[in-house]
Amino acid sequence: MDDTGTVIAFWLLAVITVGSALMIVAVRNLIHAVVFMMVSFVGIAGLYLTLSADFVAVTQVLLYVGAISVLMLFAIVLTPGGSRDNAETFLRLPALALTVLLGATLAYVAIDTDWSLADRGGFTDTASAIGDALLGKYVLPFEIASVLLLAAMIGAIVLVRPEASIEEAEE
Amino acid sequence: MTFLAPWYDLRDLGNAVQALLDRIRDWGAPDWVPYAVSSLIGAVGILLWVVLSVLAFIWIERRVVALMQNRIGPNRVGPAGLLQPVADALKLLLKEPITPRDADRILFWMAPIVIFIPTLVIFAVIPFGGRMVLADLNVGVLFLIAIATINTPAVFLAGWSSNNKYALLGAMRTIAMLISYEVVQVLALLAVVLFAGSMRLGDIVAWQQHYNVWIVFLQPLGILAYIISGAVEINRSPTDISEAESEIVAGYHTEYGGIKFGFFYQAEYMAGFAIAAIITTLYLGGYTAWGLEKWVPGWALFLGKLYAVFFIYIWSRGTLPRLRIDQLMSFAWKFLLPLSLVNVALVGAEVLVWDETGVSANVALPIIGAVNLVFCLVAVVAWARLLGHGAGRQRGRRALLTKEVGVIHFEPAEGASPGPAGIPAAQALRRRSGQA
Repeated sequence: MDDTGTVIAFWLLAVITVGSALMIVAVRNLIHAVVFMMVSFVGIAGLYLTLSADFVAVTQVLLYVGAISVLMLFAIVLTPGGSRDNAETFLRLPALALTVLLGATLAYVAIDTDWSLADRGGFTDTASAIGDALLGKYVLPFEIASVLLLAAMIGAIVLVRPEASIEEAEE
Repeated sequence: MTFLAPWYDLRDLGNAVQALLDRIRDWGAPDWVPYAVSSLIGAVGILLWVVLSVLAFIWIERRVVALMQNRIGPNRVGPAGLLQPVADALKLLLKEPITPRDADRILFWMAPIVIFIPTLVIFAVIPFGGRMVLADLNVGVLFLIAIATINTPAVFLAGWSSNNKYALLGAMRTIAMLISYEVVQVLALLAVVLFAGSMRLGDIVAWQQHYNVWIVFLQPLGILAYIISGAVEINRSPTDISEAESEIVAGYHTEYGGIKFGFFYQAEYMAGFAIAAIITTLYLGGYTAWGLEKWVPGWALFLGKLYAVFFIYIWSRGTLPRLRIDQLMSFAWKFLLPLSLVNVALVGAEVLVWDETGVSANVALPIIGAVNLVFCLVAVVAWARLLGHGAGRQRGRRALLTKEVGVIHFEPAEGASPGPAGIPAAQALRRRSGQA
């Protein structure tokens, strides 16, 4: 964060990320909201890049832009009336108060924390470092996450399976 | 450096650029100037090459497909129709850009651009020559996959914003296919990464150069899976159901015309070159060819291989009929996915055994290649038999002719009320055959 290029990139990306995040809640059309969410995700990926975390940045684009936003698009399209404009909400004031409180808390924590700088420099090869950590030191959480995802996948298949085929299998 | 790599050494155009950058540095320009100049040269060079290649290949593809189909093809504009692509491009540029009344205007304009940019960005990490790469990323292979996935929401936006049912249907088909074949693609590339031990494309090419072997010989199943899933990704003919003219007009770009359609068209062609470039780099040794690169420019070898791979797609377009969507989806999930998974496990085991035993590459690589080739053949045939696509079942079955059957009986479905039922023609037939 010392040279001018990085500083300019940081502020550009910060404006893009936060601006589109605000637009997500500001626009009425849900599809437009998802588009702004994608822009926000790309901005976050760019912020990762300024931190030399290239693996995380690329994974962010791959998973969030390529997969999760598509999932949301599908959810919106498959929900009856979901893609139409949303009506006015009556909870404007409570929502505003809650947001201000939450923002104030986060800002206070961010300012109050004593951010210490790491002693060593960045990784030159992030992918292999992450791979070593995931399959070495953190292999148990990694495996637990895999089992969880597998269970979710099997659960989804069981849920959408037509009743008839289950009965046939039982017969 | 200038002494070792003089600018006139055209085997690697990076030398000339390097000489220019050194000159700029000697002038005392600040550090960022050579940086900016080199990226500008790379970007403009890639853009020029892509646009010229697309223009050339539009003509080549149309002529070649015409030859295959016993036609002549474009032959009126310019000598042998050579100027046809230019005329087409001019037509697209001059056409009125029509936006449907009920379309979502902003997204409708955005979609072609969102599709176009990532496709172009893919070429940034492709090494055209030893020093001819715009950004040799540490996570190159993952970058290729990540950038390609941006197409998925872009296609959805194009289909949804057109406010047209055919466009939305085409978009849904495209998304279903892209997501399914992405998994296969990732697994195929993972096997390559396992061999090379790096996701940097330059390292993968260097690995192939070092061991004097192209990964295609170690990964016959991988390249098969990748070529097929690549064809799906670029919507080329045996798999172009997302824009099947006979079913859904033109798929997600039904409502697009003029230059906006031109963007889609160009992006699709560029994606074809991108897939060919990835196959060339990862499977066919990139800019190396067993020492030939010492005599022939590496970028010429690379482009030759790239065009040869692209020709496979033209060829398949000219010869194969279009598949149905359920066939394509079940092919991805039931056929390619299990085989790719087994393939990755096999490659992992091979690399592990190779590392553990420390056998020299001259012994290990032929064995691995032979094992994988046998595995590829056996697995493809056995798995196809298991799924009921054996060769034996297809033979000797012919549609029965009506006159052989004698008469067609249209029986009402079981449980259905007979009522005024049935189709008049069916009743007439039944009456005639004396069964009513």
